[in-house]
Amino acid sequence: MAKKIGIEVSLAISEAVKLADVDAIAAYPITPQTHIVEHLSELVADGELNAEFIPVESEHSAMSVCAGTSAAGARTYTATSSQGLALMNEILFIIPALRLPVVMTLANRSMSGPISIWNDHSDLMSVRDTGWISIFAENGQEAFDLTLQSFKIAEDHRVMLPINVNIDGFTLSHVIEPHEFLSQEEVDSFLPPYDPPLQLNPDKPVSMGMVGIPEIYFEAKKAQDVALVESKAVIKEIFQEFGEKFGRTYNVIESYRTEDAETLLLTMGSISETAMEAIDMMKDEQGKKVGLLRLRLWRPFPTDELRELVKGIKTLAVIDRAVSFGGTGAPVGGEIRSALYSTEDRPYVASFIAGLGGRDVTIKDFMDMVTLAEKMETEQEVHEYKMIGVRE
Amino acid sequence: MAKNFSEMTWKEFDLAFMVTNPGCSAEYRTGDWRSQRPVADKSKCIKCGVCYLSCPDDAIRLAADGTYDFDYEHCKGCGICATECWTGCISMVEEEK
Repeated sequence: MAKKIGIEVSLAISEAVKLADVDAIAAYPITPQTHIVEHLSELVADGELNAEFIPVESEHSAMSVCAGTSAAGARTYTATSSQGLALMNEILFIIPALRLPVVMTLANRSMSGPISIWNDHSDLMSVRDTGWISIFAENGQEAFDLTLQSFKIAEDHRVMLPINVNIDGFTLSHVIEPHEFLSQEEVDSFLPPYDPPLQLNPDKPVSMGMVGIPEIYFEAKKAQDVALVESKAVIKEIFQEFGEKFGRTYNVIESYRTEDAETLLLTMGSISETAMEAIDMMKDEQGKKVGLLRLRLWRPFPTDELRELVKGIKTLAVIDRAVSFGGTGAPVGGEIRSALYSTEDRPYVASFIAGLGGRDVTIKDFMDMVTLAEKMETEQEVHEYKMIGVRE
Repeated sequence: MAKNFSEMTWKEFDLAFMVTNPGCSAEYRTGDWRSQRPVADKSKCIKCGVCYLSCPDDAIRLAADGTYDFDYEHCKGCGICATECWTGCISMVEEEK
């Protein structure tokens, strides 16, 4: 096993991007993502990474440049957060429609206002339907590993779609953690150079981004949706290959101590680490029949895997870190209710919203949510969603 | 053109609906929403080619006698040729239903 190195998660992600030997980086600094691209600009300036680092005047330009470099056949990377992501919005729709395999780290940060630089998932949820593959890392090692795997997934000819790798802002981005790096030889044996099936090349000219007249647009969207849905099989295959090569296996939904569980918590991102502590205490000290599901893949949504994992479960407590204002459920909770609605013997789904704008979600919060979800299940309480940890 | 776009299923297009055969727009009739058409009084034509050079849609063709003809399958009726014509031989005429 390789030696573990203590390094800030942002810098570990930069090192993964360097190991992936990207050709082009276009980014604009925004907290809490800044350290990632700052370090990458240093690596380029110092000659350690042979890539074009393109400084731009806004995130709209950053993502536009990414579209151009990726279309020209360059392995392309960017990173952003919150308002920066919002400013990219227009181009975020274009990238998957053009089937460009851009990889982006999203250091999740609350959307303003009030202005907040702290962490929740409202930024990602605001671009949920742009057509990107969305993957969540819950610690630094996962962020490092998933960054490398993302290039391989995105550039697979069966996929050809962009990916955002989500890391919780500050909770991960600014924390020093032990990481087990891969050597350049190991990465090269896993990640081949980018081989675009079609690109902007005068020897074989193509037109990208054509007008989609009503006779074509619908078919274009159907093809894009099928590509995203079918990417799940490739994602699972590449997770498997990475695991076999390097010993760290990833799943689209991770299970933690779900054996004999009647109640499951479901989380995304770094709060999963706290949730695991809570599960350990509830199981080992209180003898409660609980377990945890950690949703790694948000898009394409792993519907089949979810249905399989909740078989025989009585109560499922879903914890969201974003609000769908005035909606019928929080983003993840509502999605899960929808995924399970047509299945028989589905669990009761309690939809909770916690940890908005950097509010801590503690071990006690998770324990309280389990107790509350079980009570709601007993009473078959009809609800849309409940906010946990807000002062009433 | 192998098959008209409007007959193709979503499986039959190239990746990302890219166009991989350059110049294929000539295969589509795109002039049918024109409201005015350019008509030339060829007796005034001095064969200068300004209309040909100024057409943004390549919808003007050199005729055998050195004058120019309009490609009404692609002309959008923008009127630039009529404005640019040195001798004023081109006039814009209302399309009739």
